[in-house]
Amino acid sequence: MAFLRTYLSDIYHGARSLLKGMKLTGYYFTHRKEIITQQYPDNKAEMKLPERFRGEVVMLHDENNEHACTGCTACELACPNGTIKIITKIETSPDGKKKKALDTFIYHLELCTMCNLCIQACPTDAIKMAQNFEHSVYDRSQLTKNLNKPGSKIREGVE
Amino acid sequence: MLSIENITHSIDVWLYGTFNPTAALLLESLIVGLCAITLFAVLGLVLVLMERKVSAYMQIRLGPNRVGPGGALQTVADTLKLAMKEGLTPDGADKFLFNLAPFMVIVVAMLILVPVAFAKGTQIWDINIGVLYISAVSSLSVIGILMAGWASNNKYSLLGAMRSGAQIVSYELSAGLSIISIVTLTGSLRISDIIDSQQDGWWLFKGHIPAMISFVIFIIAVTAETNRAPFDLAEAESELTAGFHTEYSGMKFALFFLAEYVNIFIVCAIAATLFLGGWMPLHIGHWTAFNHAMDYIPSSLWFIGKTFFLIFVIMWFRWTFPRLRIDQLLSLEWKYLLPLSLFNLLLMTLISIKGWHF
Repeated sequence: MAFLRTYLSDIYHGARSLLKGMKLTGYYFTHRKEIITQQYPDNKAEMKLPERFRGEVVMLHDENNEHACTGCTACELACPNGTIKIITKIETSPDGKKKKALDTFIYHLELCTMCNLCIQACPTDAIKMAQNFEHSVYDRSQLTKNLNKPGSKIREGVE
Repeated sequence: MLSIENITHSIDVWLYGTFNPTAALLLESLIVGLCAITLFAVLGLVLVLMERKVSAYMQIRLGPNRVGPGGALQTVADTLKLAMKEGLTPDGADKFLFNLAPFMVIVVAMLILVPVAFAKGTQIWDINIGVLYISAVSSLSVIGILMAGWASNNKYSLLGAMRSGAQIVSYELSAGLSIISIVTLTGSLRISDIIDSQQDGWWLFKGHIPAMISFVIFIIAVTAETNRAPFDLAEAESELTAGFHTEYSGMKFALFFLAEYVNIFIVCAIAATLFLGGWMPLHIGHWTAFNHAMDYIPSSLWFIGKTFFLIFVIMWFRWTFPRLRIDQLLSLEWKYLLPLSLFNLLLMTLISIKGWHF
C-alpha cells in the first residue's frame, strides 16, 4: 500500500511541477510586454545596455590628461590570454628620485574575452570596461590599441 | 450552401459524367494526390513559422520579424534556401538507403493522411478499420528513421535512430491503449462512426475521468512518437548534433523536417478526431439553440481549430520541458504510462459495458 501511495504521489508531484512550468511559459506567451528583445539596428538612439555589459577596456583620463596607472603590470599578470602588454620607463623626479612609470599600455582588443579580470586586478582603478561594442574594422592592426593618450602622465598622489 | 462536401461531390459527379469510370477514378486520385502535396507544403510553411513564433514568445523573444509582414514569409525564404542547397551524399554512406530514407518517411506521413476526416464528408478513404490503420502505419515511420541512421554511416545518426526505435516501440503501446479506450466506447474503428458518435458531446467530456486520462496519455505518447521535445532524444542537438538526419542536407533534410511537422499535424488531427469530435461542432446534450448556433461555424474550421489548438499544446510542451534521459524516457513509459493506461482501459470498459457514459 505504501508503494502505491508513493507511486501516486510521484505522479501527482510530477504533473504539478510540469503544470507550474507550463503556467510560466503560458504567462510569457500571453504577455507581450515581458519581451526583452531590442530591435538593435533600428533602435540605435534609444538602445539600453545592461549596467554590467562589457565592451572593451579603456583607461580613464581626467581633464588634465592624467591617468591613474602606475605601470605595476598587475593587469598584465591577471590577463589569461596575453591581451595586455605594459611597457614601463624610469622617470626621474625633480628631487632626483628614480621611479617606474607607464610608457605605453598596449591592449589587443582582438584577443580580449572581456573577462573583467584586469579591472579587478588594478589597484588604482586606472582602467575600466566601456560599453561600446561595434568593434568591427577592416584591418586587424586597428584592434591593437594604445590606451594611454599621448602626453598623458600619472596623476599626482597615486602610488 | 457552399461547403467542401458539395464541392468534392460536384467534382466527382462531373468527372464521372464526362469520362469513363477508369479515367475518372485516375483523375480523382491525381487530384487527391495534388491536394495532399499542397497540404503538405502549406502545413510545412505554416507550422514551422508557428513553432518559431510560439517558441519566441514563450522565451520572451520576438522571433522572425524581418521577412514579410511580421516575419510571415520567413519559412518561404528558408524553403527557397533549402531547395537551392546541394543534397550531399557522404562517401561512406549506403547510397541507395540514404536517398530512399527521406522519401520513406514522407510517404508514411502521406499514408496516415488517408482516413483523416478534414470536414463533414471530406475524407480520402473512409476505411472501416481507420483507427487500426492509423496506428499500424504510424509505427512504420521508424523504419525510415532507422534507414536514415544506418545508411548515414555516422555514429550520431545510428545512435539517434536506435533511440528513436526504442522510443516508438514503447510509446506505441500506450498510444494504442488510449485509442482502444475510445474504441470501446464507440464500438467501431471507422473514423466517420467515431465522429458521428460524438454528436451530443465530445468523448473527452462524455467519457468521464477515464477519457481525460487517456487523452493526456495519448498526447504524451504521440509527443514521444513524433520525436518532439521533451522526448527528442532521437535528434538531441546537444548530444547528437542532429541525430538521424545529421548527414542530410538540402531538400532531403527539408523532407525530414517537413515529415516531422506533418506528423505532428496528423497525430493532433487524430487526437482531435478521437477525443474532441473531429469536425463535429461543440454540442452539449439537448441544448438545441446552442447546438444550432454552433452548427453555423463550418465543420472544416472546427477541425482546423481543434487540431491547431492541440498542436499549440504540443509546442507548449516543447518550449517548457527539459529533455528526458533515455532511462527516464523508458521508465516513464513502462512504469507509469503503461500501467496507468491498462488500468484506465479496464475502467473505460466497465463504463462502456454499464453504459455510464452520457
